Amino acid sequence: MRHILSILLENEAGALSRVVGLFSQRNYNIETLTVAPTEDPSLSRLTLTTNGDDRMIEQITKQLNKLIEVVKLVDLSEGDHIERDLMLIKVKASDGQRAEIKRCADIFRGQIVDVTSSIYTVQLVGASSKLDAFIDAVGDANVLETVRTGVSGLARGEKVLTL
Amino acid sequence: MLSGADMLVRSLQDEGVEYIYGYPGGSALHIYDAVFRQDKVKHVLVRHEQAATHMADGFARATGKPGVVLVTSGPGATNTITGIATAYMDSIPMVIISGQVMSHLIGGDAFQETDMMGVSRPVVKHSLSVQNPADIPSIVKKAFHIATTGRPGPVVIDVPKDMTTPGEEYPYEYPQEVNIRSYNPPVRGHAGQIRKAVDMLLQAKRPMIYSGGGVILGKASELLVEMTRTLGYPITQTLMGLGAYPGSDRQFIGMLGMHGTYESNMAMHNADAILAIGARFDDRVTNNIAKFCPDAQIAHIDIDPSSISKTVQVDIPIVGPVDSVLSEMIALIKESEVQPDKENLSDWWAQIDEWRKRHGGRYLTNEKGLMKPQQVVECLQKLTGGDAYITTDVGQHQMFAAQYLRFEQPNRWITSGGLGTMGFGFPAAMGVQLSFPDETVVCVTGEGSIQMNIQELSTCMQYNIPVKILNINNQSLGMVRQWQDMNYESRHSHSYMESLPDFIKLAEAYGHVGMKIEKLEDLEPMMKKALAMKDKLVFIDVYVDPSEHVYPMQVPTASMRDMWLSKTERT
Repeated sequence: MRHILSILLENEAGALSRVVGLFSQRNYNIETLTVAPTEDPSLSRLTLTTNGDDRMIEQITKQLNKLIEVVKLVDLSEGDHIERDLMLIKVKASDGQRAEIKRCADIFRGQIVDVTSSIYTVQLVGASSKLDAFIDAVGDANVLETVRTGVSGLARGEKVLTL
Repeated sequence: MLSGADMLVRSLQDEGVEYIYGYPGGSALHIYDAVFRQDKVKHVLVRHEQAATHMADGFARATGKPGVVLVTSGPGATNTITGIATAYMDSIPMVIISGQVMSHLIGGDAFQETDMMGVSRPVVKHSLSVQNPADIPSIVKKAFHIATTGRPGPVVIDVPKDMTTPGEEYPYEYPQEVNIRSYNPPVRGHAGQIRKAVDMLLQAKRPMIYSGGGVILGKASELLVEMTRTLGYPITQTLMGLGAYPGSDRQFIGMLGMHGTYESNMAMHNADAILAIGARFDDRVTNNIAKFCPDAQIAHIDIDPSSISKTVQVDIPIVGPVDSVLSEMIALIKESEVQPDKENLSDWWAQIDEWRKRHGGRYLTNEKGLMKPQQVVECLQKLTGGDAYITTDVGQHQMFAAQYLRFEQPNRWITSGGLGTMGFGFPAAMGVQLSFPDETVVCVTGEGSIQMNIQELSTCMQYNIPVKILNINNQSLGMVRQWQDMNYESRHSHSYMESLPDFIKLAEAYGHVGMKIEKLEDLEPMMKKALAMKDKLVFIDVYVDPSEHVYPMQVPTASMRDMWLSKTERT
């Protein structure tokens, strides 16, 4: 099953390499990874998605918690949460396709952020599955390039991940 | 005001470090100069950096204090990796200070540059890089704190040369405490879980206590003995755990696992309740996990939560330091109204005693009159009585030593369990001997392993380190050969040792004493003579039967109870 792990990490040189290294060292998978400093510059917030059964996820979280630089960790998928992935996608949009692509982007609440005579660049935000659905909708054959930030997220409601 | 190099050495002094083991080189020269200008911290010059790490490791295992290593950048640093990995796998506290090229050169493939932080990352508990000389005291404090608390382990401090420049001075103060917001090892176990484990134990019909190296690291041997005796239950130990419970006590039924005793493995398989203490259900213990101890409820005490349910799913996890958890358990056991059912327990012991009779550590003597390795270890046991510090290398001799020596106290059995590092035993023995000059320290080894760090004969000459090297010489890589006999129709691919040196002359070349023993009748008198030479390193080269195998041996992919008991007999 897919899990979203959200981690507060000391914002120090080498900390990220320990997290990434742990995954390859112990034969775990990283599907997506996103990291940036938080409002407290001494901390980074890292979100990663991974796949595994309950036992594997338990080991992953225990091993991550063992890393000295990991300050706090939460498995967002254990509760209600908001997840967002941002995608920039270049799609063929010439002549007859232009209206269709524009309509599609509107339906998915995407924005066209760059335009040439034959290409639209669309920006889309949402859960990963929504971005996948957009690619399906415009059709693989029309997609020229995609880039995604990977998932970031937080828990719904009162729950807060801080020190 | 002190330079970075002086602060580093001063911090070691203030940390109470007596010995460091190392080897100088360009990037570490400012530090070595600071070492030269003081005499509180003694430096031992090895002949290869790997040996420095094993010396520090041996010291740490024998004393319970962290071992300290000092090396230069590049090859000096990379040569420590095997030793760091050895310490990491066995959770040994160690601090490795590695020189690094100057900060502005890092990343430019400078002479003797290696990314030590990167290279060591998978085999350290943590690593710290000095980016400002003023931080050195707090970094050293942090390193020792992390290495020695929680589940111990090795910590690397990477020191670029320009962090130690003479003349660039900073105010020095060694911190009294350290506070790392993201690092808080558990201080006690969960009371409810502890109670559950006690209930499980007291209601068990066929209980087993299974303890590991964590009891020794957690300095909880006395508590383990107290609890085990209070309960009257059988106890088995892992390779790393030997010595935490007296080896000659009746309740101790031997090591468990791949080469464990028949009775221990049978008892584990048939147990209905197992208390695992500071052990980690290693594959050399459990055999096939799917068939592991099918009837047992398992409680597991460990300070590292990731050790719990990593391989075997346990029923009652207890995260906490072994000593505090055991104290709480003992108190609960003593005040409990429920006590172990005497009848059940005596039935269980009757069954275990029956198993004990079946194999009981026997071996066949050789019809051609060749000495057996077991006889050599038995002789060592007879002459030292479990009182010596024993280090080993890795292979058949290690298993024979584990099976036939009896350790009455913790911290005297020093072996590379997790990583299985050949070349560990000799430098580890040196580290022990330096700190216990009046004790007998024996490195039980083989002609394969000893040659992996034999250059240290030179270090022993320089510092007069009188360890005894017991080389159980079967002229082959015995454990490899055994597997080839059992699994590869005796095709001995590269498991024999052609062109063995004359170890006697080699020892003598370094000013030591060499002895060759080829006949059983010479074994005891000559070993006695060697052990009596208190101020000499003696290399005892004992020729034994090359065809001997270690038994019992668990049958691969089967359960704990499936074992070969000899070349022809299977359970």
